[in-house]
Amino acid sequence: MYNADKVIVGILVLIIFFTTPFWLNYKRVEALPKPERAEKGEKCIEDTAYMRAYHMKLLDEWRNEKVRESKIYYQSSDGRIYLKSLQRTCMECHRSMANFCGRCHAMFAVKPDCWKCHIAPEEVKKWR
Amino acid sequence: MWNDLFVSILALIILILVPLVGVGLLGLDYLFGIVIPYLAFTIFIGGLIYRMIYWAKSPQPFKITTTCGQQKSLPWIKHSRLEAPASTWEVGLRMFFEVFLFRSLFRNLRADLVGKRLVYGSAKWLWLGAILFHLGFFIIIIRHLRFFVHPVPDFITLLDEIDGFFQLTVPTLYVSDILILLGLVFLLLRRLVDAKVNYISYASDYFPLLLIIAIVVSGILMRIFTKVDLYAVKELAYGLVTFKPVLPKAEIGVIFYVHLFLVSSLAVYFPFSKLVHMIGIFFSPTRNLPNDNRMVRHVNPWDYPVKYRTYCEWQEEFRDVLEEAGIPIDDDWCKETQKKA
Ligand code: HEM
Repeated sequence: MYNADKVIVGILVLIIFFTTPFWLNYKRVEALPKPERAEKGEKCIEDTAYMRAYHMKLLDEWRNEKVRESKIYYQSSDGRIYLKSLQRTCMECHRSMANFCGRCHAMFAVKPDCWKCHIAPEEVKKWR
Repeated sequence: MWNDLFVSILALIILILVPLVGVGLLGLDYLFGIVIPYLAFTIFIGGLIYRMIYWAKSPQPFKITTTCGQQKSLPWIKHSRLEAPASTWEVGLRMFFEVFLFRSLFRNLRADLVGKRLVYGSAKWLWLGAILFHLGFFIIIIRHLRFFVHPVPDFITLLDEIDGFFQLTVPTLYVSDILILLGLVFLLLRRLVDAKVNYISYASDYFPLLLIIAIVVSGILMRIFTKVDLYAVKELAYGLVTFKPVLPKAEIGVIFYVHLFLVSSLAVYFPFSKLVHMIGIFFSPTRNLPNDNRMVRHVNPWDYPVKYRTYCEWQEEFRDVLEEAGIPIDDDWCKETQKKA
């Protein structure tokens, strides 16, 4: 092998670069945090798998329909009727912005705008 | 040419069908979620190292420096440092501009017949398409670290925020996604529309482009249309890179396995295809050799060890004849060179 010193450095750089996630996690591997279970209510408005994947789309639809078209009620796929409201429907059962929404969002570098206008339950408690 | 395009499309369709059947119908989540990704990653790294060692074993008989500019010479002749680098440092600089800015592509020319005249002109489109694609790919990969690292480092969150700045959809369509698609579609169209390029395009040119387009499209679909359970994705991805692989209890959605299988295919294909130019660029003699032929003697590593005789040995053998003919004998000089040797 010619230029062995340079080639070996190259191989090391290659390995280290492509194992970046391993090094970023190194020595601090822990169980992933789970979002807090809802404090009350038996069933979410739609089933869990759907909510996990699509909740942001649902909320976006709610926002558009309620604010722009004044359609304020949502009929779930099993026929129940809900008020389209983040604060008064969703957060009625999921009582914590930080422990429910926040835990997952932090895991995916997601920073939704909701709380720039809406008031998180934690915030409400402070003012009561 | 056209057959090559159809073969590539066919190969891609098969690669998409495999996980659709494997996970969608047969439920082989473990195989497609854990075994194949590990295997693909091993082949990727192993293959690249194999290629590097293989290249490093080939001798380099000559210095083939590209001369795009004035070689370093007399002090009053202006030396072109980037075009004819003379030191390691200058070579490093040339390499940097090549790897990060595709400097040599920026010199790309087009040749057209205007009437009977052959006319050359500047053609930066290839450079632009290449930059958009490579830069987009790089940013996307860095952003994907959010699936593999916990807690997510701040720089990734920041990158995500900048890239999603326009908030075009929910969830945001990233700018890098649009740019990479523009780049990829241009690079593909170039091979289809331009007859001169079409003529020299083979399956090994179409397939990687189509494969990467499919990866990007499946990713965008999964983010914006057929959504998946990201919590489950992170459980799987985090498990893989921390060597505690687990299959998440919740179902992820088949489209994720399509995405992952295409990425695994790319990883396996990478070291044994033209894509390996990612490593090859560093082994390119026309990029990595300093243009210092006049300063440093390059020895061909496979030079045959020639048996030679020095002038002094020759002089010793024919001393009598030389003296007889009145040719001066150079004893002092021979002693001196012997001392030096
Ligand atoms: C060559 C490597 C890869 C490329 C080029 C790629 C490309 C993409 C693209 C363009 C997107 C659209 C959204 C975005 O830009 O973030 C995406 C999304 C996604 N990719 Fe990849 N990907 C790659 C590897 C992987 C791997 C190894 C995984 C396994 C964890 C993965 C999982 C995902 C997921 C879960 C999404 C959806 C993101 C969301 O919903 O926010 N990708 N990918």
